[in-house]
Amino acid sequence: MHDRLSPSRIPSISPLTFSFAVAFAALVIVSAGQVAPSPEQLASGLPRMAHLVGRMIPPNVEPGFLLRVFWRMIETFQIALVGTAIGVALSLPFAWISAKDITPLGPFRHISRMLVSLFRTVPDLVWALLFVSAVGLGAVAGTMTIVVDTIGFCGRFFAEAMEDADERPQEALFAIGAGRFSVLCGAVLPDAMPSLINTTLFALEKAVRSSVVLGLVGAGGIGQELKVAFDLFQYKNAATIILVIFAIVVLMEFVTDRLRSKVQ
Amino acid sequence: MTAIIRAHDLAKSYANGKVIFSSVGLNIESRERVALIGSNGAGKSTLLKCLIGLLPSSGGEVVTLGESFRSAPSVAQLRRIRRQIGFVFQHHGLVSRQSVLTNVLQGKLGLPGGWRGWHHSIAKQYWREEAMQALADVRLLGKAGARADALSGGQAQRVAIARALIRRPKLLIADEPAASLDPAAGHDVMRVFSELTQEQAITLVYTTHDMEHALGYSDRLIALKAGKVFLDRPTAQVTRGDLKDVFDA
Ligand SMILES: Nc1ncnc2c1ncn2[C@@H]1O[C@H](COP(=O)(O)OP(=O)(O)OP(=O)(O)O)[C@@H](O)[C@H]1O
Ligand SMILES: [Mg+2]
Repeated sequence: MHDRLSPSRIPSISPLTFSFAVAFAALVIVSAGQVAPSPEQLASGLPRMAHLVGRMIPPNVEPGFLLRVFWRMIETFQIALVGTAIGVALSLPFAWISAKDITPLGPFRHISRMLVSLFRTVPDLVWALLFVSAVGLGAVAGTMTIVVDTIGFCGRFFAEAMEDADERPQEALFAIGAGRFSVLCGAVLPDAMPSLINTTLFALEKAVRSSVVLGLVGAGGIGQELKVAFDLFQYKNAATIILVIFAIVVLMEFVTDRLRSKVQ
Repeated sequence: MTAIIRAHDLAKSYANGKVIFSSVGLNIESRERVALIGSNGAGKSTLLKCLIGLLPSSGGEVVTLGESFRSAPSVAQLRRIRRQIGFVFQHHGLVSRQSVLTNVLQGKLGLPGGWRGWHHSIAKQYWREEAMQALADVRLLGKAGARADALSGGQAQRVAIARALIRRPKLLIADEPAASLDPAAGHDVMRVFSELTQEQAITLVYTTHDMEHALGYSDRLIALKAGKVFLDRPTAQVTRGDLKDVFDA
């Protein structure tokens, strides 16, 4: 009893851990001095922010402008929808060949896994810049960006859903000589379906959010309109666009949440 | 009578030197119902797998469904053997989110053109009729449209039997098919096995730890003990004393 209460039983912090903690704190403080806003910057910046917001009010609600925003928004949706649809369709084969124990490629599945990681880790705006350079300004570059982004996201989570599928039906079908593709279609996909649908809905939500900003680098959609508004100091236009984007993203989250709750 | 399985001097040991069984001789005739018994780890599951070529043996010779092989069958032989076998395991292995009908039809996978067994909507019409017949045979016709995860354990195991029967197998292998069922459902499943294999002229080989199941539904009893066939005789001639000897250390 005495032994359990003695101070020697309380783990003490090791010198190594301590020196790491000090070094880390120093790093944060030095970096903050270089990149965080100084009090003077905050003092002068805040009034300017307020002034900017003032120039945004009231938002522009001219019918002609609203119509233009409307069509841009439709284009944004099209980019998100088509990009997600193609991306999900391509994610399925990617997931199949990357999933452990389900892949027909054996150890070569890691190649597919790495490709999917590459798609995921490079930010979407960088892909958009690449595609704009490759196919020119406009919605096509945006759609291609969403496709790649979706494969990066769904390719990974589809593969995990397939790996998590119940193995006993798979074994039962392998025993009678069913091929890998038959087992995939007959046992793995049906079992993973709720998870696949959930992931797809998340991907759609994510695609709407990123297709909104793709226009900033010229890849079509509402972002293009936003960039023009800021470039030409049309802050009332910008305000309208920001409000529309906000409404659309919130609506999208609501709709996908509702759909998700229906999947059992 | 024709032999379905014949094994001569069969042995199985693992690379680590562990001997599971040796000099096993067996002769299973067409339409026989054979119960395979033995303690945990006696090698029943291993023996079944070696007999149908799913595991390589380490000595001896096997002739199964007309395919003769040492160690392991060739790929083509294994394919021919598998086409004539149905399996039922301790766990039913049904795809839980699919209908009972689709699960039965999946028994066609691995047969020529069998990919249409993925789902009932793409299956051939006469396959669907066969599947309904198989469900009627296991007394689950009313459940064809139900989802597999809505069934009780005994019902699910009967669906697994229907899935095996729709292959029109010559040989049905069942490894502890009733082990996770309550007594009533267990007897029910064993009765279905015994009746349907008789009616459809299918050879049945099953393992069990339940002596009532071993004695009640078989024509012949084979017991493994200490890596040998300890007992192999018509079930009618097996006494309680014989069974006791099988499990005594
Ligand atoms: N890869 C392996 N390497 C070594 N030993 C193994 C290997 N696989 C299985 N075994 C051993 O083989 C023995 C026989 O197993 P098997 O499953 O055939 O027994 P069983 O009679 O079916 O038992 P149970 O009644 O528990 O199902 C076990 O002792 C097991 O530990
Ligand atoms: Mg076993």
